Amino acid sequence: MIPILADALLAPARMHIPDGFLSTPVYLAAWVLALIALGVALRRTQETLGERQVPLMGVLAAFIFAAQMLNFPVAGGTSGHLIGSALAAILMGPWAAMLIMTSVVAVQALIFQDGGLLVLGANILNMAVIAAIVSYGTYQLVRRLAGDRPWGTFAGGFIAAWLSVVVAAIATALELGFSGTSALEVAVPAMAGVHLLIGIGEGLITVGALGFIRATRPDLLSAEPMGAGTGGRWWVAGLGLALLVVLLAPLASSFPDGLERVAEDYGFIEAARNAPYRIIPDYLFPGVSNEALATILAGLVGTLIVFAVTLGVVRGSTRADRRPPTADGRPQTAD
Amino acid sequence: MHIHLLDQYHTGRSPVHRLDARVKLLLTLAFILVASLTPAGAWPAYLGLALLALGVTLAAGLPPLLVQRRALVALPFALAALTVLFTTEGRPLFTLSLGAWHLTASEPGLIRFLSILLKSWLAIQAAILLAATTPFPTLVVAMRALHFPRLLVAIIAFMGRYLFVLADEALRLHRAREARSAVIGPGSGGSIAWRARVTGGMVGNLFLRSVERSERIYNAMLARGYRGELRTLSPPRLRPADGVLGLLFVTLLALIALLGW
Amino acid sequence: MEYAIELENVRFAYHDGRPALRGVSLRIAPGEKVALVGPNGAGKSTLLLHLNGILAGQGRVRILGQEVNGANLGWIRAQVGLVFQDPDDQLFSPTVFEDVAFGPLHMGLPEAEVRERVAWALAQVGMDAFADRISHHLSQGEKKRVAIATVLAMKPEVLALDEPTAGLDPRARRGLLRLLARLPQTMLVATHDMRLVAELFPRTVVLDAGQVVADGPTGHLLTDEALLEAHGLESPYLSPLP
Repeated sequence: MIPILADALLAPARMHIPDGFLSTPVYLAAWVLALIALGVALRRTQETLGERQVPLMGVLAAFIFAAQMLNFPVAGGTSGHLIGSALAAILMGPWAAMLIMTSVVAVQALIFQDGGLLVLGANILNMAVIAAIVSYGTYQLVRRLAGDRPWGTFAGGFIAAWLSVVVAAIATALELGFSGTSALEVAVPAMAGVHLLIGIGEGLITVGALGFIRATRPDLLSAEPMGAGTGGRWWVAGLGLALLVVLLAPLASSFPDGLERVAEDYGFIEAARNAPYRIIPDYLFPGVSNEALATILAGLVGTLIVFAVTLGVVRGSTRADRRPPTADGRPQTAD
Repeated sequence: MHIHLLDQYHTGRSPVHRLDARVKLLLTLAFILVASLTPAGAWPAYLGLALLALGVTLAAGLPPLLVQRRALVALPFALAALTVLFTTEGRPLFTLSLGAWHLTASEPGLIRFLSILLKSWLAIQAAILLAATTPFPTLVVAMRALHFPRLLVAIIAFMGRYLFVLADEALRLHRAREARSAVIGPGSGGSIAWRARVTGGMVGNLFLRSVERSERIYNAMLARGYRGELRTLSPPRLRPADGVLGLLFVTLLALIALLGW
Repeated sequence: MEYAIELENVRFAYHDGRPALRGVSLRIAPGEKVALVGPNGAGKSTLLLHLNGILAGQGRVRILGQEVNGANLGWIRAQVGLVFQDPDDQLFSPTVFEDVAFGPLHMGLPEAEVRERVAWALAQVGMDAFADRISHHLSQGEKKRVAIATVLAMKPEVLALDEPTAGLDPRARRGLLRLLARLPQTMLVATHDMRLVAELFPRTVVLDAGQVVADGPTGHLLTDEALLEAHGLESPYLSPLP
């Protein structure tokens, strides 16, 4: 247990920002945004089911924590594992997922010092609020496109999980950049690049989990999640938020500020362009002369391509293999 | 099976352990706030905070080495701050040349980089001290007494109770998988996608067990008179000693903060 | 005569239509100690959940002469102490103290009395030194004792226990047996532990497929090999395998 636990806690590329890495204005702004979202989430959850769901949400918060410990070897000693925001949002709806993930992130900071206490607001904003809204919106959109056919659940789950991880990572990079802790033009592509891959693991685990649940308790997937309300607007909110975060990144770094001029003077931009981890070597888009517009277009097209490709791949693979992997028998129930 | 991280240090009877958890939580936040607001390069203030943290560690009877070892948790994140070395304007220190890369570090950049690391190191020590001297249930009572949102505190209380129960279940599923795979280790047992989906299956299994457990818990709550509203005992009163220790700590923090400005 | 527990033709089916109880009638006098035995899936746990209105099917359930209905659930649940099989389900609070206090608090008792009852209930099960402990850190036997204390603190007239000896090592099981023998309440205990039945309960009810198939003196039932065989039970008086 201890090695697994240590692995889960010390795994590289975690998004939990420690104290000291965000400037005071940035973490205060993050707290304000997180508290607004949590305020709405608390009210919606209490309105719809009240404290009746307290044990369910508490146990599911513990479940997310435990599920993060289940990992699988990828290569070179690294392992893939789950963050869980998307799974929580798909299974419980966005409001409950925000509360569940907030509890997870808060307990990780309080007991395990995984993520800071003053910057907790930022970690809640990234992993509980943004990830939940983005993943729920994406999932609903794909399910609608699929017209309730089974592949919609799996493709929706995969894309929702992948996108939520990437967007949360970019949000983390933005916060670090706005704090002056990282150079935006390095932090954003680095965080986004690493999490483009990590997101695939998140997506595959999420699909595996949904497959198991669909095979054993389909009722839990078909039910309308609590407090989600009219599903129509969520995909707008989800995709809108994802686009906002994705577009904010090139916008923020395309206005040359003091920092960047220094970087240019010292040849830093040159270096960053050649950085090996930079997936898209340049945000520039051919034929568009305005740099800001070009970066936005490049970001947009990149997102759409990934979206379309994964949709196709998952759609194909779920058709090929409908049967979910079984890890163990059905849990025992009281007689 | 029990997982003890810092649990074993909860039983101490030091003044730090006995300090009211509300006061401790607020003091921890105040300490981190001072560290966060201290300007870059204010070394005397950082030294003051480090000595304060060491003093509390010793007063609590905690092994300083243990605290330092756990404080390394945040170290990998230092990578994120590395760029300030090169992007801050000022007197050049050295230039790294790696092929096409020419990175010039500046002195203010180095000061900022070190300051970020120090702030993070100081803050995490405070968080470790809080976690090591305060049992989780006491922390929950403190959060409730400080009027954190009731529903959220209740969820956190349940989460704390079932954290290790479910971690144990996760471990059993994990072992069952290992026991059934002929060769253990990377590169064996199918493609990465297949492995990820098997792990996903375990996650789904764990989810169903969790839902069913929460249903049994809900029944157990109903059986003992729960009608949809959680009631709790009122929190313990603050003792004079809590006020005295709290004031002393705040005074020290204020003095250190003055050093920094 | 007023019975402690009275079930009249109770029927219950799960959401999927699967019947769990198919017309159960049962009368238990105050102070009586009754064992409820039967194979897995016979409906034992379902029956216990009817005693305090957590599940409600067709038919009547009366506790101490009062019919269980929506209006008197608070009173009923204070009268029937239900102890679940897995103590990790029963002990849902962060500490032992908070768990034992949960029942009295939700009965609306004043804090001073809640604290008194917690101390008293923990003393009853010999766990008074464990009030501030975290439930997760207790042994299985300790958890079972605290689980019983959580309902004793509500001062119930009736105790309904689900598999009290499951998962206990011999010493913890012995200790629990002694505790159960000492408690004065009316008791209905669902169990597979036939030695527990033989030692503690003068009367046994056999449930199979949602129906009462036998009800009588334990000594008589446990020697009826045909009956035990037919309902997948085992005599506590060991006989060699054929």
